Amino acid sequence: MIDGFIALYIFMLAAFTGYEVISRVPVILHTPLMSGSNFVHGIVLVGAMVAMGRASTPLEIGIAFVGVVLAAGNAVGGYVVTERMLEMFKSSKGKK
Amino acid sequence: MSIGADTLIQASYFVAAGLFIFGLKRMSSPVTARGGIVWAGVGMLVATLITFLKPEMHNYVLMTVAIAVGGIVAWVSGKRVAMADMPQMIALYNGMGGGAAGAIAAVELFAGEAHGVAQLALGVLGGIIGSVSFAGSLIAFGKLQGLIKRSFRFRGQNFVNLILLAVTALVGAILVVHGSGGLPGHVVALFALALVLGITMTLPIGGADMPVVISLYNALTGLAVAFEGFVLDNAAMIIAGTVVGSAGTLLTQLMAKAMNRSLANVLFSGFGDTAAATGSTEVKGAMKPIDAADVAVMMGYSEKVIVVPGYGMAVAQAQHKVWELAQALIGRGVAVKFAIHPVAGRMPGHMNVLLAEAGVPYDIIYDQEEINAEFETADVALVIGANDVVNPVARTDKSSPIYGMPILNADKAKNVIVIKRGQGAGFSGIENALFYLDNTRMLYGDGQAKVAELVQAVKTL
Repeated sequence: MIDGFIALYIFMLAAFTGYEVISRVPVILHTPLMSGSNFVHGIVLVGAMVAMGRASTPLEIGIAFVGVVLAAGNAVGGYVVTERMLEMFKSSKGKK
Repeated sequence: MSIGADTLIQASYFVAAGLFIFGLKRMSSPVTARGGIVWAGVGMLVATLITFLKPEMHNYVLMTVAIAVGGIVAWVSGKRVAMADMPQMIALYNGMGGGAAGAIAAVELFAGEAHGVAQLALGVLGGIIGSVSFAGSLIAFGKLQGLIKRSFRFRGQNFVNLILLAVTALVGAILVVHGSGGLPGHVVALFALALVLGITMTLPIGGADMPVVISLYNALTGLAVAFEGFVLDNAAMIIAGTVVGSAGTLLTQLMAKAMNRSLANVLFSGFGDTAAATGSTEVKGAMKPIDAADVAVMMGYSEKVIVVPGYGMAVAQAQHKVWELAQALIGRGVAVKFAIHPVAGRMPGHMNVLLAEAGVPYDIIYDQEEINAEFETADVALVIGANDVVNPVARTDKSSPIYGMPILNADKAKNVIVIKRGQGAGFSGIENALFYLDNTRMLYGDGQAKVAELVQAVKTL
């Protein structure tokens, strides 16, 4: 479905997007940004679920189970800590 | 299987990928950052729920159990972790993502489903990178958490790592050439080798270099996820993984540049918590101690004070007291600013997070480039728990391992106060010439306790 040059195009455009999106981030947001991108690659959860959905032997199911546990940890943990950090950033000019 | 379900799934992945990019973009400004993570979270939730609708899948019960187990453990740990311990927590979650990418690769390789050569190669590559990131991040976690106390180095370490990498690549190549299915022994060997490589690569790297390492493994996990996305024909994984991979690479470069070192130097030189044998600078003069009461008078009657926090502030958990002190000074009409070095602490932007936790508004916190010229007009530079990032040796001594690293010019201030636990050299083992300057006074003791004394003393002025 996604193959050959289409895949390469997606890869290239996504790489430039990532670079552009964060190229002007101030130092104060480096940690939340790293943590936020850490959360975004938690999308691996979807892949781990698909791999588990297809797994048939006990060995495959076992590995996939570990994969889904780890991926869920990545996604949920990444979200929780990023949100907690961003919640704290406040300006001295008025509060919202 | 119906066309409808498949279209719905594809559409939701498309929306999720868009939300991730939008969310990351929002995160580039402190005003909109909070909304950014929420948008990205919505994308993740949609993608996850819709995946349950994917046709021809089984093991739903176990899958749900796995999500619940991983999700709940991460939720509880993420809510509980102290802000000072954030670097190791992020390393841990990142490692989990790498491990998941490795697991996907393993399942696909064991199942031996028909894949083209390109997909197989990317799958193997993603599996290797994911496993290295998994093992490496766990080691980084162990180091930051204090479970692994020292750095393990031996002669020819880089050579051994190179051999490991070559053998891993060879086994991977055999798997790709052989085609899908068969060779389960090789699959096991591939992952065992990649895990060992991750461990041996990370063990020699010292604590001071952790911001670079954590950022690097974040980028690597992103890349591994993208590669597994190619194997599973999943555009959301390809896009999200690649965006993180390139963003993480940029961040890693920024970190390395802030230390004036190449990435290769960070990974392979083994410096980071011991001074290189060569650059032992003789520093003349003596460190001059001072009392908290005198410091309070000095600061209370100045016009401008610049606070330079470092990892020591995190260790002492002194950020709340530091902000209390700053508020007391501001109340007296003193201009207070915070100066942050890009690699202060154990992860990119570590100090900013701690100061934000204490309630310091981000508009009095300044980057290195923004504030360095201002030290000359500052009456007092208060250095708390920072060491290498204010060491003027980086400007002057070519033989020093930190020579050329851009530093905060705290030494240019009229008076420099250094709060420090004891007289010894910092974690890097490099003598700090700043401590011996004529305009520097040392306030010895626990960071939190000393700042608390200062707060009291300033309030009674």
